[in-house]
Amino acid sequence: MCRTGQQPDPHDSGRGAWTDAAFAALLEDSAEELYDSAPCGYLSTLMDGTIAKINATLLGWLGRDRAEVVGRMRFTDLLTVGGKLYHETHYAPLLRMQGEISGIALEVKRSDGVRMPVLVSSAVKHGSTGEPVLIRTTLFDARDRRAYEEELLRGRKEAEKARKQAEEARRQAEEARRQAEADRARLQEALAVLQQSLLPADLPPIPGMSTAAHYHTASPDRLGGDFYDVFPLDGKRFAFFLGDVCGKGPQAAAVTSLTRYTLRAAALHESDPVTALTTLDTVLHERYTGTGDPRYCTAIFGTVDPDPVSGHATVRLASGGHPPALVLRADGTADYLPTPGGFLVGALPGARFATTGTVLGPGDTLLLYTDGLTEARTGTSRDSLYGDDALLAFATTHAGDAPDALVHALTDLLAGFGDGLDDDTALLALGVPAPAPTPSRT
Amino acid sequence: MDVRRRNNITETGNPHGRPVVLAHGFGCDQNMWRLTVPALAEDHRVVLFDYVGSGRSDLSAFTEDRYSSLHGYAQDVVEVCEALDLRDAVFVGHSVSAMTGVLAADLAPERIGALVMVAPSPRYIDDEGYRGGFSAEDIDELLESLEANYLGWSAAMAPVIMGNAERPELGEELKNSFCATDPDMARVFARTTFLSDCRQDLKSVRVPTLVLECTQDAIAPREVGAFVHQAVPGSVLVTLDATGHCPHLSAPEATNRAITAFLAGLR
Repeated sequence: MCRTGQQPDPHDSGRGAWTDAAFAALLEDSAEELYDSAPCGYLSTLMDGTIAKINATLLGWLGRDRAEVVGRMRFTDLLTVGGKLYHETHYAPLLRMQGEISGIALEVKRSDGVRMPVLVSSAVKHGSTGEPVLIRTTLFDARDRRAYEEELLRGRKEAEKARKQAEEARRQAEEARRQAEADRARLQEALAVLQQSLLPADLPPIPGMSTAAHYHTASPDRLGGDFYDVFPLDGKRFAFFLGDVCGKGPQAAAVTSLTRYTLRAAALHESDPVTALTTLDTVLHERYTGTGDPRYCTAIFGTVDPDPVSGHATVRLASGGHPPALVLRADGTADYLPTPGGFLVGALPGARFATTGTVLGPGDTLLLYTDGLTEARTGTSRDSLYGDDALLAFATTHAGDAPDALVHALTDLLAGFGDGLDDDTALLALGVPAPAPTPSRT
Repeated sequence: MDVRRRNNITETGNPHGRPVVLAHGFGCDQNMWRLTVPALAEDHRVVLFDYVGSGRSDLSAFTEDRYSSLHGYAQDVVEVCEALDLRDAVFVGHSVSAMTGVLAADLAPERIGALVMVAPSPRYIDDEGYRGGFSAEDIDELLESLEANYLGWSAAMAPVIMGNAERPELGEELKNSFCATDPDMARVFARTTFLSDCRQDLKSVRVPTLVLECTQDAIAPREVGAFVHQAVPGSVLVTLDATGHCPHLSAPEATNRAITAFLAGLR
């Protein structure tokens, strides 16, 4: 852009005047004036620290007269005690060694005792022969800076404190976690022992027959409610039962325990399966009615009478609301033994129970199970149940298997369900061994 | 344990001469002796070191537990003597280090045969019948100031003190680095130094001892020099015409003359 020429440029016309004024002001600001009222403190000391010269700014900060300072005080006399010690142990040695030192934080003490933070720099002036003659020192007011630094320090200390607290909280949480794990391990150990007391350690050998059982615990933290047992009635016959108490945990375990010993005692008194379940029904009903916590179970109770002459075993069963037993025949077929209409045991007084029976020939096996097996969730989204039909089909493919082989196959099946198997499951199989070469097991 | 590296040991002078160990006080490091070494080098094996926590020592070897007592520093001295297998050495200690030498000579008498105390003080705080130069409040003020990092916080040192450990090269560039010890360790050293009381230990000194004091010393006034001289049996007191607490820096010729004269007298 061009200027017209007529219009005076404000800078052009002003510059000369401004420059003249600036020079005039500079001339008035003598070196002495500059020294005395500079915006920082100036101080010159002899090598022993005696103050030889000091400017008005610093005297103002100190609240002192020139006369009481010059020739009478040393530089260290202006410092706080901490500053004095620091001066002697750090500042002075460094100055001696380096000839100069800069920007060190110290505090001066004013005549009224108030401390003032300053940043101090010093340089040694040497004489013509190189010997040190005096120390020139500059002090800057560091009050604002100190306030800022204090704020930073405070923030840092708080952050450090927060970090330590977090560390401590983490340590405590870790300790609590380890404690909880130890508690849980102890609990699981106790529960495992208790669970074992609800089940027979071994099945008694039944002459001319073989048996096998399996118990799957869905959760090591919780006592299951399934049960089974096999025991001799007299020299010849044996009783067996398998069932499922409603619920889980300690209360269910108490019912399981009561059920097991009630059935055992009842059967010794009167071996008829319906009578055994009726006795259990009465006991459970009496025990839990009116407690506000009704307890009942489903169960199959049976007796088996093996005939060593014919090699056949006669089975009589009674069921109270329990899934039907399965019979796997030596000829490769399998069928349910339906026991419809049986009541839950313990839910009502005078419950009715369904009965059935069969004869097991060589190679035949009777299977009792709880609904953990048939209600295992299957499919990729775990939304369908394994079911009675699938179990029947599975049983058919294993028809002719001895009880231990069958239970083994079912155990593998259960394992295959993975997390679809979320309930306890009991399995009990009794069979007449097939003629050799099928190995038998008691 | 590599004591040579841990304590940043430097050896110089005449390897066949009597060993002289130079120990710095609270503040800087072995650089404090740079005007002293030339006077000793011709006739003596000169050993310099930094206490753990100071100078270029191995800071990772620092534990607050050990260095909260002068015995921890005395242990450093003994271990330095052992590492070099020094026998009958002359221990020159500045300020609090003079007391460290007393403790070390007691711990390892075969290693240390004479003491030179430069501006020593066995106790900095006034006590009944004793003038150390400082009141308990004075020392509290110093320790508080150090606690808050208010002192010596130079513009260049601020980042280091503020914990910029991820920029270690910053420390290397510092002009004042050899006096810029880790503030936490310096605080421990200060506490140990200024709260120590070694007055009783002085009486058990059994080796020839030179006590050097200055005419004007804000940290160790002349009463203290006289006290040390009286307490250490058979000690020699020399008052140097010097001001400040570091005569080996402010009046090196006079200091060196006094030390070399004492060393000559030992032969």
